[in-house]
Amino acid sequence: MPNWEIEIRRRLNRLKLAPTRESEIVEELAQHLDDRYQELLADGTSDTDAETIILAELSENELFRELRSVERKTPPEPIVSGTNQRINMLVDIWNDLRFGLRMLLKRPGFTAIAVITLALGIGASTAIFSAVNPILFESLPYPDASQIVTITDDFGISDASVGMTFGTYRELVQRSRSFSAIAVIRPWQPAMTGSGEPERLEGQRVSASYFEVLGVSPALGFNFNSSDDRINGPNEVIISEGLWQRRFNGESAIVGRQVTLNGSSFTVIGVMPRAFENVLAPKAEVWSLLKYDASLPSLEGREWGRHLKMIGRLQQGVGTDQARSELNTIARTLLPEFPRPRHASLDTGLLVISLQDQVTRGVKPALMAVLGAVVLLLLIACVNVTNLLLARGANRRGEFAMRIALGAERNRMIRQLLTESLLLAMMGGALGLLVAQFGVRALVTLSPIELPRMVDIGVDATVFTFALGITTLIGLGVGLIPALHASRGDLNIKLQQSSRRTAGGHQWMRRTLVVAEVSLALVLLVGAGLLFRSLSFLFAIDPGFNTSQLLTMQVQASGSGFDDESTHRFFARSLEAVRELPGVSAAAFSSQLPLSGDLDDGYGVRFESNVTDNPEDNRGAFRYSVSPGYLETMAIPLRRGRLLNAHDTDDTPPVVLISESLARSKFQDRDPIGQRLRLGANDGPWSTIVGVVGDVRQTSLTVSQTNAVYMTNAQWRLFADRAMWLVVRTNGEPAELAPAIRQAIWSVDKDQPIVRVATMDHRLASSAAERRFALILFEAFGFVAIVLVAVGLYGVLSASVTERTREIGVRLALGAQRRDVLYLILRQGLNLTLAGVSLGLLASWAVTRLLTKLLYGISATDPLVFAGVAFLLVVVALLACYVPARRAMEVDPLVILRYE
Amino acid sequence: MKHMRALDRELKKGSAELLILTLVETRPRHGYEISKLIEARSGGVLRFNIASLYSLLYRLEKRGWLKGRWIEKTGQRRRRFYRLTVEGKKVLATQRNTWQEFVEAINRVTSVENA
Repeated sequence: MPNWEIEIRRRLNRLKLAPTRESEIVEELAQHLDDRYQELLADGTSDTDAETIILAELSENELFRELRSVERKTPPEPIVSGTNQRINMLVDIWNDLRFGLRMLLKRPGFTAIAVITLALGIGASTAIFSAVNPILFESLPYPDASQIVTITDDFGISDASVGMTFGTYRELVQRSRSFSAIAVIRPWQPAMTGSGEPERLEGQRVSASYFEVLGVSPALGFNFNSSDDRINGPNEVIISEGLWQRRFNGESAIVGRQVTLNGSSFTVIGVMPRAFENVLAPKAEVWSLLKYDASLPSLEGREWGRHLKMIGRLQQGVGTDQARSELNTIARTLLPEFPRPRHASLDTGLLVISLQDQVTRGVKPALMAVLGAVVLLLLIACVNVTNLLLARGANRRGEFAMRIALGAERNRMIRQLLTESLLLAMMGGALGLLVAQFGVRALVTLSPIELPRMVDIGVDATVFTFALGITTLIGLGVGLIPALHASRGDLNIKLQQSSRRTAGGHQWMRRTLVVAEVSLALVLLVGAGLLFRSLSFLFAIDPGFNTSQLLTMQVQASGSGFDDESTHRFFARSLEAVRELPGVSAAAFSSQLPLSGDLDDGYGVRFESNVTDNPEDNRGAFRYSVSPGYLETMAIPLRRGRLLNAHDTDDTPPVVLISESLARSKFQDRDPIGQRLRLGANDGPWSTIVGVVGDVRQTSLTVSQTNAVYMTNAQWRLFADRAMWLVVRTNGEPAELAPAIRQAIWSVDKDQPIVRVATMDHRLASSAAERRFALILFEAFGFVAIVLVAVGLYGVLSASVTERTREIGVRLALGAQRRDVLYLILRQGLNLTLAGVSLGLLASWAVTRLLTKLLYGISATDPLVFAGVAFLLVVVALLACYVPARRAMEVDPLVILRYE
Repeated sequence: MKHMRALDRELKKGSAELLILTLVETRPRHGYEISKLIEARSGGVLRFNIASLYSLLYRLEKRGWLKGRWIEKTGQRRRRFYRLTVEGKKVLATQRNTWQEFVEAINRVTSVENA
């Protein structure tokens, strides 16, 4: 029988009817012609003749003409989503949204998984961004903040935190032209007494120019006057708005009020604005002047002590490089009007670093690493959701086919599918914001001692915009591929019932995505592994003393009632009282505590004759002014000679101990015992070296600068340390003895501040805080990544098994063992995993070098970590594949074959 | 013969709707059936070609006088059957009356001449 449909279609082509309509007309007319054909045959006409007759009856143009007039007047078809009618766009979008929502709610399981996955990814990224934004991206909360810099000696070690001297400050102020203002600062913890409860306050002693450098001034009252910053200047104090409210109830007569700090009377001259953020010491509430002797009467004394931080504000138009070279020129040219002691000779030059960089430098590598990790996590989450959408798209093939048959335009369908994925993303984003809130709080709790700009960390407008932005991008991104996939394709294939037989083109896309997921997860886990091993190496480092059962605290002899004599007495008597406590096996004082995080107290060391003069050791050594018994309390080993004891007083010849690294660098193999040195002062007495002791890590576990000089505090003549660190070795839990120890000290003098109480183990942990912080986050993300990968693999293999059910049934029927089927599926999963792992290993090799700053003791391509993580992922993958593989195993071939 | 064909066309145009509506009044029919019935009952005088027939059927359907439905009977291919709608019934009645009046009027005129 001739094919009338072709003839009719040809004649109707020009009408450009909607496909449905055309199909209908063609079918009906073809039947008519068939009937006519049968009729003619029945009448005895031959096939060919009949065909000719009918074709003659079916004129070329008439069909077109007749139907054109009818079909043109066709009223619009009912509004079905996805059709190509040009209707009001807003109505379209609204319909898309409603339809999309309905579709999502129809499959609550799918929607829930997708939304939760996206929420985790978006929430984590938003939380991290909210922390990173104020720290790394936003500028400091001061006018022209980029002009504020820190000034330090250039010792070439990035972690060096040796302080600056007041003398250097005076010289730079008078000689430099690059700065509009320079200031120096030191911490101050005065005890406020008088009306109300006695309270220990956090504060700063500053030069008069401090607030000028920052570019802020008091909201009430006045700023410091430089003329008041002198040795016998007035006792003035500026307080924070918080302190004003809390302690003085915001009383209006605050300016000019008298307050008692450390036993002395101070006048409040100003109150800082509420919005003021003191980046250098966020908790500070009081500021008073340094009041050092600007005439620099000698090259000793506190004017040359290295305990100040120096900041400056660059002149307009001056850059850091320009300032630095000017300062270096000044450093190189020693002028007679500005003499310098050896330890503050400035001959290694000066460094100028923006304050922003300085404040964030400690935590920056960790944050950048964590930022990288969260990006990986987000990608994994997106890949997972894309896969879910692809799978869903496959399930909706029938629906899409029908829509196309009804005349849906491809673009329209894509738009509708994108609306669905955007909706999904928005739901994920909304939930993600909640996750972010929780995450931010967790971040702040977990964070290394103090995240800089912590007060600015939170979900604010910028963060919200960020969240909205990535949510939208994700919605479009994850939706695009599945939308493109679903909306194309052969109509016939889609409508056929036996669609399972066709090789799903979408399957290769899903497999590719799973491979990508595995590789991303591997990179993340490798990062976690490297950090983990670094930390274990770090904590394997010997700090040089015994950290267990050691309690530490800082005791201050504050107040004007103290001179050198009474300071020594106070500390001596406090020590006696503490030593008598039950549970205390040893106790001692030291001017400096290892791993305390303080600015290191370093001085120039000058040796008498017979020394190889190594110019690099110019910087000197750490000074430890200690009570006898300190080294025993800390369990610092003695290498040579003897330790300090109670006989080393101010009446006896001055003696010192040196660390073995100092001994080695100065004396090599020669015996240092009996040699003499001078610490700090250029014309003080020579001290004799009586012993060599083990090295101690002072700044941090990773900084290897360990040159140290120990002397008894009775023999440290330059000045009496007003703040000393108490170390107590306890028999039991150190923390439990803290109250008793404090009481013992207060029994000697109840007004003296005791601060920064912590066990040494805690300090040790804190010193690696940034790394640990990064590690915890990497571990958390890594865990989520593993779960997502497992889910992703499971999904793909599950779908594959479903598709291959017939094939499996046939295999089993043909005699394959069930075990073979299990291996078949497992192998499929393993192949995908191995592909992902290989890709991931390559990527890791390229990427982990970015982590170098955080690593310690291992390389960024440590093979043990790489191998271990790869193995872990393979195991997880096999577990994830097991369930679908078992399902495949349980296929009943009879059922399958019968169905067909 | 030319003007016969012209007459053919004119008459057909005017009566075509009436014809089709009448034929589906009693029961639904498909297109081919309708065309055969018209040919048969008119004794071969009236013949619709495929183009005019179906364009008319579609037009009537669009107006809502006919309703087409695909019906599948066992063992056969599906066919499109047309039936009269409620609206169509009303139109048929009106058109019948009109046609009746018209024919009577013509008759009256021509018969008077004959008589």
